[in-house]
Amino acid sequence: MLSATGLGRRIDDGWIWRDVEVELAAGENLAIVGPTGAGKSLLLRCLSGLDAADEGRIAIDDKPLDAWQMPAYRARVVYLHQRPALREGTVEENLRAVFRLAAHRSKGYDRSAVIRGLGAFDRDASFLKKDAADLSGGEAQIVALTRALSVKPSVLLLDEPSASMDVSATEQAEELVARWVSEGPGRASVWTSHDGAQVQRVTDRTLTLNGAVS
Amino acid sequence: MNGYLQIGYAQTALAGLLILANLVLSATLRLGLGRRLAIAALRMSVQLLLVGLVLEWIFALENPLPVLAMAAAMTAIAGVAAVNRTQRRFAGVYWGSLVSVTGSAFFVTGLALLGIVRVEPWFDPQYLIPLLGMVLGNTLNGISLSLDRFVESLVQRRDSVEATLALGGTRWEAAHDHIRDAMRVGLIPMINSMMVIGIVSLPGMMTGQILAGAEPTDAVRYQIVIMFMIASAAALGAFGIVFFTYHRLFDDRHRLRLDRVRKVVA
Repeated sequence: MLSATGLGRRIDDGWIWRDVEVELAAGENLAIVGPTGAGKSLLLRCLSGLDAADEGRIAIDDKPLDAWQMPAYRARVVYLHQRPALREGTVEENLRAVFRLAAHRSKGYDRSAVIRGLGAFDRDASFLKKDAADLSGGEAQIVALTRALSVKPSVLLLDEPSASMDVSATEQAEELVARWVSEGPGRASVWTSHDGAQVQRVTDRTLTLNGAVS
Repeated sequence: MNGYLQIGYAQTALAGLLILANLVLSATLRLGLGRRLAIAALRMSVQLLLVGLVLEWIFALENPLPVLAMAAAMTAIAGVAAVNRTQRRFAGVYWGSLVSVTGSAFFVTGLALLGIVRVEPWFDPQYLIPLLGMVLGNTLNGISLSLDRFVESLVQRRDSVEATLALGGTRWEAAHDHIRDAMRVGLIPMINSMMVIGIVSLPGMMTGQILAGAEPTDAVRYQIVIMFMIASAAALGAFGIVFFTYHRLFDDRHRLRLDRVRKVVA
């Protein structure tokens, strides 16, 4: 589905990583691991088109990145920041706002689906009324994950998606993503995580930066 | 009610004694501003005396070229100053500022000279230079405020801008809150000054005309014209620089390009 060949990223004069090969098939969960500073987030950003790669090609369904309108591409390959950015207002306003983007306008906000999604985190409709500014870091990550899933992407690029969540929310998030990947055709996820056990639990394959693909 | 009392150089120097109050205050309170004050006072006097000489020379020539050269120099300085007041730079920002200042100030001043005040000949420096100068001063302000705010808010709220992009938002959808914000910040000082003008503040140009012997009602009409000129030029200039910055900091692949921005220590 999503593939990258010979990908390289340079900062100033040094290569952060080079000759990176990514081959993500439908139904797969891929982990990107490596020491701090290995450029895991940079790789996810490249795959989402937020940063340009300095060499190599990225394609989804054999259509190269350059041939895509970026908003349409990113509507399919959604990147979740490590620090979720929510706008002022309630949780529900945040979840609704994304459907004002031209890329998602035709889909429409589905409140009951959102509430079902929040149920996976033992949260009910009252959570929607909370002010985004009052959320904990983990709750903000829950909102960001719910928001990303609500736009029905094909690929989720998850950058430390549960870094601020407590143990139970982390497990719930892992389950939610795993279920989401397995439930529909043409879905896949890419994870970075500092938690080796999480990588073991949720991913099928590992790509090590500063090393070889195993 | 015509003419005015002339002030000679000796009288001007006498006024310079007023700055002694600042110097004494600075010394007794140990503000450490004495040196800077003296330099500022000196610069102000020398710059104004020089400008006076240049203007007198240009007025006497009665030729459009030196007038336009002076106008171009004033505009260029305003364009550079607008950028220098901000904290963050990116390649091309000086050009963007120059084009925004020139476009807005020349357009508005030109319209006013030809269409409203109807000066003959059009380049008469008695009108062109002061009108352009006032427009430039305010456009500079609007441009630097809007530019500073726009870049600053993109840097500070980068996560939120990129979150919109990452969810499939276009660069316009990701930027437009910040564009609106930057435009507001650039235009608010001008709106505020229109609110209180004549009540709290008597504008310098109007005061100057009255001192020079003009009827207050005439001076007021001039002031109204100039306020409208300032308002539109500042808006056009702020829009110009924000639009330019938008295209520099968001590329056509809908990426936020903060890698192009660097911070300068003012």
